[in-house]
Amino acid sequence: MTETETEIQRSTGADTVRGDTRPTVIADDVHIVYRVHTAGSGKGGAPAALRRIISRKPSPNVRTVHAIKGVSFTAYRGEAIGLIGSNGSGKSTMLRTIAGLIPPERGKVYSDGQPSLLGVNAALMNDLTGERNVVLGGLAMGMTPEEIRERYDGIVEFSGINDKGDFISLPMRTYSSGMAARLRFSIAAAKKHDVMMIDEALATGDRRFQKRSEERIRELRKDAGTVFLVSHNNKSIRDTCDRVLWLESGELRMDGPTDDVIKEYEAFTKK
Amino acid sequence: MDGAPAPAPDSQPSAAEIAARYGLKVSGARPTLVQYIRQLWRHRFFINEFARAKSQSRYTQARLGQLWQVATPLLNALVYYLIFGLLLGTSRGVPDYIPFLVTGVFIFTFTQTSVLAGVKAIAGNRGLIRALHFPRAALPLAFTLVQVRQLLMSMGVLLAIVMIMGQVPSWSWLLAIPALFLQAVFNAGLALIVARLGSKVTDLAQLLPFVLRTWMYASGVMYSIAIMAQDAPFAIKLLLDLNPAAIYIDLMRFALIDSFTSAQLPPHVWALALGWALVAGIGGFLYFWKAEEQYGRD
Repeated sequence: MTETETEIQRSTGADTVRGDTRPTVIADDVHIVYRVHTAGSGKGGAPAALRRIISRKPSPNVRTVHAIKGVSFTAYRGEAIGLIGSNGSGKSTMLRTIAGLIPPERGKVYSDGQPSLLGVNAALMNDLTGERNVVLGGLAMGMTPEEIRERYDGIVEFSGINDKGDFISLPMRTYSSGMAARLRFSIAAAKKHDVMMIDEALATGDRRFQKRSEERIRELRKDAGTVFLVSHNNKSIRDTCDRVLWLESGELRMDGPTDDVIKEYEAFTKK
Repeated sequence: MDGAPAPAPDSQPSAAEIAARYGLKVSGARPTLVQYIRQLWRHRFFINEFARAKSQSRYTQARLGQLWQVATPLLNALVYYLIFGLLLGTSRGVPDYIPFLVTGVFIFTFTQTSVLAGVKAIAGNRGLIRALHFPRAALPLAFTLVQVRQLLMSMGVLLAIVMIMGQVPSWSWLLAIPALFLQAVFNAGLALIVARLGSKVTDLAQLLPFVLRTWMYASGVMYSIAIMAQDAPFAIKLLLDLNPAAIYIDLMRFALIDSFTSAQLPPHVWALALGWALVAGIGGFLYFWKAEEQYGRD
């Protein structure tokens, strides 16, 4: 990495635009509040619930969780940004907000094109064969049948599903969780995304697949996209990212070059 | 948006200004109606493939497999025949009762299953919605298309039954095509509406089967409205005649069954069939699009 690139990656917040680099994602003081319907303490049961509906009182079973508290940053073209932080710190929520799947309570997220979120929990259709899922996934991303036919072999080969026999023609419900995650990643990585977000997807694959996907992420970055990666594996963050955002309890604790932030983070977690 | 005014060099531009300068859009904002229709058109292959995959995967766990696509409507018709034809005798006064009943059952089932699939189209596919970006209307539309495929299968069975019961194929059978098309548009509209409702109010999936069953009993599926409502007050008669399900059922009976004459059709029946299709189709689409940015959220 060149000196100037490092310089760019250090820029934080929405207040700086440097040189000819184009911002791809701007988060401007984003707050996310979840409203969670809990089962409640069970007091009163159905009659009480009915009374509340009639009197239009808010249910005491709805609790609010302030998951993101005013996060601002700007991501630039060609960056690979890692998100770290302990469980429940708001990493996945942040990604889903960037993807436009959760509306911010306050603040705004601006993005270039349509950010695509790729998570391990993202299920395709389990009753269908892997083959069918490749086609469906591609079509859902807006590819034409011709484009899919062209890239089909590449996707299957990349996923490594067929390494141990003809698994691609079996329903996805028969796949191991690692295989399914690999296939999902391969489908999503087949298309050029302006902004691509990966939620722990790499951790599920085996070592060989991790190597391949790191390579693919590098390629995607060359195509001028921006990649976000959520992981608890500091090594995979080190291998793929050059900038890291550290979230803790919904606040942006640190934003900077990978090595600096991870060093601090490791010191923090060892405490 | 290159035309945005450049801020003074010494002041820090705000996030919104930078976003405007580089053409960034607010993430997850709803597309305009024209953009939305264009996106949907680009996803037409997806809708078709999704529907194909869904209808094929439906019976993969059953040993008889795809045979159930034909057997399910047949068994349905058989049950209704036993109860309403033989036990309750609603067949009195209806010539060709079996074709009459089977047509009613199949045509109503088409609307019923479209609505029931529609209500779960968004709520039941959160995984897909959170994983990939596509216009969400593709899902209810695809589920309607699944029902269209199922209906075409049922229509084969229906035509066979109608012919076994002594009806001779005639040109009037071709009327089935526009009737089915209008009903499909109507169903798609309903599916879009309940898909949006069902995505927020999850209780709807529990409630709808009862609503639909009530609707079925009011739609003359197993009896003739013309005979039953002979002495009913005008308002009731009008309501029964305006019922879209009854309209689509009667149109199909008129097309396929010789003894079901145009005298039994409510007045202006084609206009009503078209009107319902347009109202539900366009209204449903607009209603669904209005909440596009909210689907897939908790």
